Amino acid sequence: MNLFGIIEEIEKADPEFQDRISPRRAAIKNITSFGSKVAVAAMPFAFSTLFKKAYGQAATPSVTDVLNYALKLEYLESAFYNAGAASSLGFSTAEKGYITLIQGHENAHVKFLQGVLGASAVAQSTQGTNGVYDFTAGGTFPTVLTNLDTFFAVAQAFEDTGVRAYKGQAGFLLGNNGALTPALNIHSVEARHASAIRQIRRTRGATTTKPWIVGANDTGIAAVDGNYAGEDNISQGGVNITSLTGVSGNVTNAAATASFDEPLTSAQVVALVAPFGVK
Amino acid sequence: METEKLFEKTDVNMARRSFLRYAGAGAAAVGVFAAASCHKDKSPGPTTSTGIDIGAKGDLAILNYAYALEQLEAAFYINVAAHMYTGATADEIALLTDIRDHEVAHREFFKAALSTHAIKSLTPNFSAIDFSKRDSVLAAAKAFEDTGVSAYNGAGYLIQNPDYLLIAGKIVSVEARHASYIRNLVSPGSFADTTILDVNGMDKQQTIAQVLPIANTYLTTKVSASNYGYVAS
Repeated sequence: MNLFGIIEEIEKADPEFQDRISPRRAAIKNITSFGSKVAVAAMPFAFSTLFKKAYGQAATPSVTDVLNYALKLEYLESAFYNAGAASSLGFSTAEKGYITLIQGHENAHVKFLQGVLGASAVAQSTQGTNGVYDFTAGGTFPTVLTNLDTFFAVAQAFEDTGVRAYKGQAGFLLGNNGALTPALNIHSVEARHASAIRQIRRTRGATTTKPWIVGANDTGIAAVDGNYAGEDNISQGGVNITSLTGVSGNVTNAAATASFDEPLTSAQVVALVAPFGVK
Repeated sequence: METEKLFEKTDVNMARRSFLRYAGAGAAAVGVFAAASCHKDKSPGPTTSTGIDIGAKGDLAILNYAYALEQLEAAFYINVAAHMYTGATADEIALLTDIRDHEVAHREFFKAALSTHAIKSLTPNFSAIDFSKRDSVLAAAKAFEDTGVSAYNGAGYLIQNPDYLLIAGKIVSVEARHASYIRNLVSPGSFADTTILDVNGMDKQQTIAQVLPIANTYLTTKVSASNYGYVAS
């Protein structure tokens, strides 16, 4: 990655770029002198902040936007579990117990978010076709409501993606405790669900599936690669986790990726759930 | 910008400091949280014979609070994995060892990231736990994980830097995955039951002043947060 090449390119488009990031050009001067000491992996992190300072934050969503985005995802999840519970999939007693519990939570999340948003809440009828989703995602998962393994695979993708979606919004709620703390309290419940669904799949024979995400797409289902894009990240805030000391030798790549979940942007999530009918 | 000029003249570390200020993030392999204290250089609070304090209000205190909890969890699971309880299945051994490695990664991450701002290593006291007994170990694990989730959720709003909030978010969901697994080991289907969630199907956050007394029952080195309303007795 040629960072100074990037700056030159930006300067062609914006001759005032250097003045934007520092009237005295100190930042650039210091990057040059500091460059050799900077971990390369940390540079994109540092630069994204630099660009935000130079051009101002990209349009940030309002709290209402964030909560309506969450509500749309909860609509999808609650409808999915409602459909699963009403189907003749043939859950075991234990599986049925898990699904009923999760179904209750997703419906409660919908009610909670609707209550918070009041008149600003997006209507469920705007989603899918007159409020009806396509859980096959346009035929990608044709047996989602007739085959238990397919159902649980889609459930896992929804839950893991839900965790990533909430995580990606936390920064936009910074400073608004009334919205941030409830969002965090839902976020961790989605993670409990994701873990539970993964435990079911492990019991059902997906023996390499763990309650946590190891590497990127660890589901064995290529159709959900995008839902796990970036989960194989091993660099946190400029620290390479595999360079740290573990119990015996360095922290392994598996532990480094599994010990930190990764966010998705709303644009990424919307693209992933659009085939189901989320708008 | 005048104050910055003053800073420039008086500080031999200008290159690093100015970069950190402009970039808003530490960039070296260690000390990535140093930017949070650019102007203050406040180390964590005083170390006394009875314990330590997470220090002045701010992101460094919250990060040290997380570091304290991760130290406790890592120490616990290192013990669990080293003396696996009687009757542990191969699956339990594999996944509890995974959890140990996650908690060690969290602990080492905070240690590296906080660098010179980190509180010292804490000495745990697990005398209340019988590591040979499944029930005793899993009950403690459940308490650690659920408390960890509630602690991160409760401290999120205290974080000022969005990059740190994101990192806390990356960790808390992994703690919740652990909690879900441990709870199902204790009682299948209890991964998110009404004993831990509220009527809205949401986790319940806890304050620092609620969490530290629980953590301190397993610590010889008592942790206080005097600027957040809690001093260890």
